[in-house]
Order: sequence, then structure tokens, then C-alpha cells
Amino acid sequence: MSGLPPELWQSVWLTVELAAITTVILLVVATPLAWWLARSKACWAEAIATVIALPLVLPPTVLGFYLLVTLGPNGPGGSIASLWGGRTLAFTFEGLVIGSVLYSMPFVVQPIRNAFAAIGDRPLEVAATLRASPRRAFWTVAVPQARPGFLTGAVLGFAHTVGEFGLVLMIGGNIPGQTKVLSVAIFDYVEASRWHEANILAGGMVIFAFAVILTMTLIEKRSAVVRP
Amino acid sequence: MRFSKSVRLAAAIATWVLTSTNLPAAQTNVAVAANFTEVAKEIAAAFKAKTSHEAVLSFGSSGQFYTQITQGAPFQVFLSADDARPKKLVDDGLAVPGSNFTYAIGKLVLWSKTPGLVKGEETLKAASFAKLAIINPVAAPYGAAAVETMKFLKIYDALKPKIVEGATVVQAFQFVETGNAELGFIALSQLTGPETGSRWLVPQELYSPIRQDAVLLKTGAPNEAATSFIAFLRSPEARVIIEKYGYVLDGQS
Repeated sequence: MSGLPPELWQSVWLTVELAAITTVILLVVATPLAWWLARSKACWAEAIATVIALPLVLPPTVLGFYLLVTLGPNGPGGSIASLWGGRTLAFTFEGLVIGSVLYSMPFVVQPIRNAFAAIGDRPLEVAATLRASPRRAFWTVAVPQARPGFLTGAVLGFAHTVGEFGLVLMIGGNIPGQTKVLSVAIFDYVEASRWHEANILAGGMVIFAFAVILTMTLIEKRSAVVRP
Repeated sequence: MRFSKSVRLAAAIATWVLTSTNLPAAQTNVAVAANFTEVAKEIAAAFKAKTSHEAVLSFGSSGQFYTQITQGAPFQVFLSADDARPKKLVDDGLAVPGSNFTYAIGKLVLWSKTPGLVKGEETLKAASFAKLAIINPVAAPYGAAAVETMKFLKIYDALKPKIVEGATVVQAFQFVETGNAELGFIALSQLTGPETGSRWLVPQELYSPIRQDAVLLKTGAPNEAATSFIAFLRSPEARVIIEKYGYVLDGQS
């Protein structure tokens, strides 16, 4: 594997970095959100859940188009970028993180929400009768019980970010080391008829995807055994 | 009763199939390099008005189409943005030998939405901008021409960190249009609308001519619509449209 050109490794690392940062942010954002969605009885909770799920249905070009406009100098992204003297968040690693967080959000929120919902009210009520504060009950009862949901969410969020393409193509600008992630690098190699490099990357992605899905299945199987 | 119903249905379908294949008009799928989008639409409309054949257009980068055609994409005609890829398709045995010809010579332009920002090569040398959009140079000739221009002016290495790449000319245009990049190298043909701002038509001495060749693919040889589309592309009628969009015709540069 050391025979690969350095630009290829750069894309691999960039992708891993993007996916890792996105996953961490998503876990932080998705946990309270999923908790609220699982417990709330407000009718607009489902409306929020639907908004989060939108990227599942919308083509990445829709999100890409909106992001290109909102990240740009005439949108909020431009105002944020101007804080450190930039013009736009498009074509930046930070812009990709924002896009990936939105794009992969449903893949993290959904499993965690389901895991929280599956716990039901009873364990939390029991914790309350044992004088556990809601905060304590959340950390010591809900989170440990929802562990498979967190694992699934993290794996899916990471994998989906690795696999995103349309969005990155639209807002990335194909900059090596900043926005040229694996999927775009493969696209580039195919367009340039450099099939050898395309083959290596594409093959690697297939192995990666296989490992992810297998891991997911094993997690689900194990959690099914643990929770009779 | 049921039997006679299905017989009638079958008869109706048969009639429909027969009449639709008997129609004099044929259809052809044409792969068009993205810089030629607007022109191709207008030519296809004129082509339909004249011959009643229909040219169904697909737009993308030349590199993408080349790869797709080598993998059996259902196109009969290919309007590339360069002359190398049509030649390669002939060598690959996928296109009709001798059918490739230059339908247009493209012009590169540096464009910004901001009036007064683009003045000429001094704008590039001063480099007082954050992002410069170009088209992916490995996939599209307008990108390669942009790189060639910057290398000729000996500013490529200095500008490299500021370059962002679009996958097609259309995307590079969008980067500038949305203001995400202050300026960009695009095809002159993209600036025939009401676009404001400032532009610099890059002098031809700074880059090798972008000879855009068309080629009849082997799949198109038996297709009347495909062969007449290629013929129509050479007609005075089509050439007027091509020139209107800022292209130079072969033998006139």
C-alpha cells in the first residue's frame, strides 16, 4: 500500500478527518435532540424529526445548492467567515463539516432516538423512585441502555460522511488537502481516465463499506441478544 | 368478453407501435460538452424545425463523456470541448473514422461579477482576491487553457493556493455567480446573457486554441437523425448560431 501516490493518501486522511470530526459533532448534537424527540409528546416534535430526516430523501444537489448560497459571501456563511477575514465558507474544510453534519444528521439521530424510545418510561420511573435526578437517570440509565443506538449512529454517521459525494462536489472546489475527499478523488481519476488509481480507491471503498455493514449487523445482533 | 377486450387492446398497442416507428422523424442522443450548452439547445431547436428529427442533449464534461462512451453509453454523437478525445474515440474503434471535425474554437474569458475587478492580466498578477475558479483541468480543456494561461504569465504557482475547481464550466460559472469565488476562468459562450461585472477576454497568444471537435459515434452511423445532426452542425445556419455565442469557426481564426 505504500506504493500509492502521496496525493492519494492525502485524500484518504482528509476523508477520515472529515468523517471523524463530523461524527463527534453529530454525537454531541444528536444526543439531546434524539432524547427530546423520543420523550416529547409535542405535535411539532414530529415536524422537527421530519426536517432532520429530509436529507434522506432530497438529492444532495438540493442541499449543495442551498449551501453554496448560504455559505457564500451574501449568506450567513460569509458573515461567519469574515470573522477571520475570509469571504466564504464554501471551498473550506469547515464548510464541508457543516454540510456533512446536516447531510448525515438523520443517520445518527434516528438510531439514538429509537434506542431511547425502546427503553420506555419504566426504568426512568424506577430511577426516579430511587431519588435519582433526571440528569443522573439520563447518564446512568438511559445512555448505557441506549449504547447500541449510539454505536449504530456513530458508525452510520462516519460511514455516510465518507460516502458523500454530490454535496462535496458542489461546495468543495476540489482543493487537495482541504476539500478533495476520497469520493471526489475517485471521480477525478475516472474523468482523467486514470483507472489504476481509481481502482485502488474504489476497491478500498468497497472493502470499507463491507466492513461497516458487517459491523452494524453484528452490533444489532449482539444488542438483540443482550436485551431479551 | 374478456378475450375480445384483450384482443382490442393488443390491436391498439400494435397500431401504436407501428405508427410510431413509421414516423419520418428520428431521434438521436447527443453528448455535449457543458460550455456548448446554450448553443447546442438553440442548434437542436433549429435542427428540429428544419428536419423534424430530434436531438436529445446531455451536458457534462468532455472527460466524463469520454469515459462513459468507452463503457457503451447510449450516445450517437459527441460534441467534445477538445479535439483529443474525439480522435481517441476513433482510435478506440468507437467512432466513425474521418467523421471528426472542428465545429467551434472556444474562447477563454476571465470574469467577475464585480464591475471593475477584472482589468486584464494585471488583475491576476496583483492577486488581490481570495478565490479564483477554474474548471477541472484534467477533465475539461477550458481548465487546461486557464492553467496554460497562468503558466504563460508565470503566476500559476503563486495563484495555486487560491484556485478552486468546478467539475464543469457550468459549475465554475456558479462559483463566480454565487460570489463564492470573486473571479473565474470560464468560456466566453457562457457570458452571452445579461451578466454584468467585468471581464477580460484572454488573448489567444496565451493559450493553445481550444479546438472543439464533434464526432459521429459508430452507434450513430445507421441513425439518420445522428448523421443529419452532424451534417447540420456544418451548415451555414448552425454556424451563424455558433458565432453568435462568441466562438470562432475553423479556418477563420
